[in-house]
Amino acid sequence: MTDLSPARLERPSAVSFLGYTLGLVIVFWCLAGAGFSIDKVMSSPPRFADFASRAFPPNMDPQVLARLGWKMVETLQIAVAGAVIGVILSVPIALVAARGLIAGPAVNQIVRTLLGFIRAVPEIAWALVFVVAVGLGPFAGMLAIVVDTIGFCGRFFADDMEGTDKGPAESLTATGARKIDVVACATIPAAMPAFISTGLFALEKAVRSSTILGLVGAGGIGIELKVGFDLFDYPTAMTVILMIAVVVIAIEQLSGWARIRIIGDQQ
Amino acid sequence: MPTRAILSSTTSSVTDLDLIDPAARQARPVATGAHSALVSPVDIEAREVAKTFGDTAIFDGVSFRLARGEAVALVGANGAGKSTLLRCLMGLIPVSAGSVHLLGEETSAAQGTALRSLRAQVGLVSQKHNLVPRLSVLSNVVHGFLGKSPGLRHWSHMLAPDASRSAAMHALEKVGLADFATRRADRLSGGQSQRVAIARAIVSRPKVLFADEPCASLDPSAGEDVMELFFRLVKDEGVTVVFTSHNIEHALRFGDRILGLSNGKLQLDATAASLSPSDLRGLYD
Ligand SMILES: Nc1ncnc2c1ncn2[C@@H]1O[C@H](COP(=O)(O)OP(=O)(O)OP(=O)(O)O)[C@@H](O)[C@H]1O
Ligand SMILES: [Mg+2]
Repeated sequence: MTDLSPARLERPSAVSFLGYTLGLVIVFWCLAGAGFSIDKVMSSPPRFADFASRAFPPNMDPQVLARLGWKMVETLQIAVAGAVIGVILSVPIALVAARGLIAGPAVNQIVRTLLGFIRAVPEIAWALVFVVAVGLGPFAGMLAIVVDTIGFCGRFFADDMEGTDKGPAESLTATGARKIDVVACATIPAAMPAFISTGLFALEKAVRSSTILGLVGAGGIGIELKVGFDLFDYPTAMTVILMIAVVVIAIEQLSGWARIRIIGDQQ
Repeated sequence: MPTRAILSSTTSSVTDLDLIDPAARQARPVATGAHSALVSPVDIEAREVAKTFGDTAIFDGVSFRLARGEAVALVGANGAGKSTLLRCLMGLIPVSAGSVHLLGEETSAAQGTALRSLRAQVGLVSQKHNLVPRLSVLSNVVHGFLGKSPGLRHWSHMLAPDASRSAAMHALEKVGLADFATRRADRLSGGQSQRVAIARAIVSRPKVLFADEPCASLDPSAGEDVMELFFRLVKDEGVTVVFTSHNIEHALRFGDRILGLSNGKLQLDATAASLSPSDLRGLYD
C-alpha cells in the first residue's frame, strides 16, 4: 500500500531558510538591546524574595487603608468622568470618521489619521502634557483619560457604524429622509449594542490607566505607589498593588455582567 | 384576527386620515406637457434604462410608461433584476444608461433636496423589510414621515406630533398590527415585520408605492389582505402601485398590467386581462 499523504515536514526553500535566520538574528539583537543578562535572571529570585519578605504582610493599618481607599475613590472618579465624557465626544467624531456616512473620504481619512495619532501617544504622555497645561492634580488625569478614550472609541465606534446592516438606512433614505435623520434613526440604533460593548471596554481601560496617572502627578492612587517605593515603604506599596488588582478585576467583572445584561438579550 | 382588522379599517380609515391630513384629499395635479396626450397622466416613465454592477449587466433597454392609478405587477425569475429596477426607479442607485422620470421629475438626474422631496412622495416596501432593530414598531412606522417632515420629532414615536402618532397607529391598524405598537421591531415574526414595513411605506400617503415581494413572508390569508389593501389604495386614492411577486395568480388578479423581466430585457408588457398564467410561466424558463 502506497502512502499518499504528504510529508510531515517540507524542506524549507532557500528563501524561507534565509527568512527564518534573519528572524532569529533580529530576536537576539533585540534581547541584547533590552540588556538581557542570564546573570541577572539567575540572581533575581533571591532579590525578589527579599522584596517580598519586606513587602509582606501588606500594610493593613486602618488609617492607611482609609487614606488609600479615598485615593482609590478619586481614581475611579477620574476614570468614570473621563470615560463618560470621552465616550460622548467620540460619537460625533466617529460620525465624521466613518466611511460612507456623512463626511467624504478625504475628511474620513484626516479624522482617522488624527485618531491614530491620539492612540499612538501613550496616556501617561497625555497626562504629562495636561499637567503642564492645567497643573498637577486629578483634572489633568481626567483630561488625559478623555483624550485616550476618544482615540479608542472614535475609531471603534466608526468601525461599528460601518459594519451595520445597510438595509434600514436604505429604506429610510427611500422615504426622502436627510442623511442626518437616517444616521440618527437607523445607523446609530443598529450600532448601539456595539457602542455599549466598546464603551464598557473604554471604561475598563480608563480604570487601568487611571491607577498609574499619579506617577506623573495627575491624580489618583498612583502617587501612593510611587511614594511607597521611593520611601522603601514596601508594605504600603504592596497594599496599593493589591487594591489596584482587586478594583481592576472587579470593574472587568462588572462590565462583563453589564454587557450581558444590556446587549445579551440580542441573541 | 389580522383579516378582520385590515378589511374593516380600509374603508373607514380613509376619512379618518383625511382629518389629519386635509391636503391629501385634494385632487392630485394633472401632469402637463409631453404626457398630456395620454388620457391619464404618466407617473413613472423609464426610457432605455440599463444597469450594470461592475462588469455584470443586469438589464438594458428597459422602457415603459405607467399611468397614474395603475396597479403594475413586475415579475421575473430570481436574480432577474426586479429589486434592482425598483431601486433605480427610486434613485437609490444610479442607472448605467437611460433615464427615469417619476411624477414628472427626472429621478436619475435629481439630487439633494429635489431628490428627497421626490422620494417623500413615494413609498417603498423593500424585500428584506429593513426595520430598524431595537426600536419600537410604532417608531419604525413614524419614520415614514421623515421625508415629509425631517428632524428630531420623527426620530421616535415618543417625540412625534400627535397627528403623526395617530396616523401611524391607523397605518398599523390597516395591516392588523395595532396591538404590536410598543413591541421591539426585532422581536417580530417575518410576516409581522413585513406588515410593519408596509405600514411605514403607506403612513405618509405616498402617490406612488413600490412594494418588493410584499407577500413573500405572509401566510395566504394575510397575503390576500395585503393585496386587497394595495388594491384599495389604487382604486380609492389613485395611488400608482408597482409590486413584484412570484405568485402568478396574485400578479394576474391584482395587477392591471404585467411587466416581465427575463434575460436582461423587458420581455413582457401587457394588460393582465390579455394574459394567461402560462404566458407568465414562460418567463421563468
Ligand atoms: N449591489 C450589487 N452588486 C452587485 N450585484 C448585485 C447587487 N445587487 C444585486 N446584484 C445582482 O443583480 C442581479 C439582480 O438582483 P435583484 O435583487 O434585482 O434580483 P430580483 O429579480 O429582485 O431577484 P429575487 O426574485 O430573488 O428577489 C442578481 O444577480 C444579483 O446578484
Ligand atoms: Mg428581489
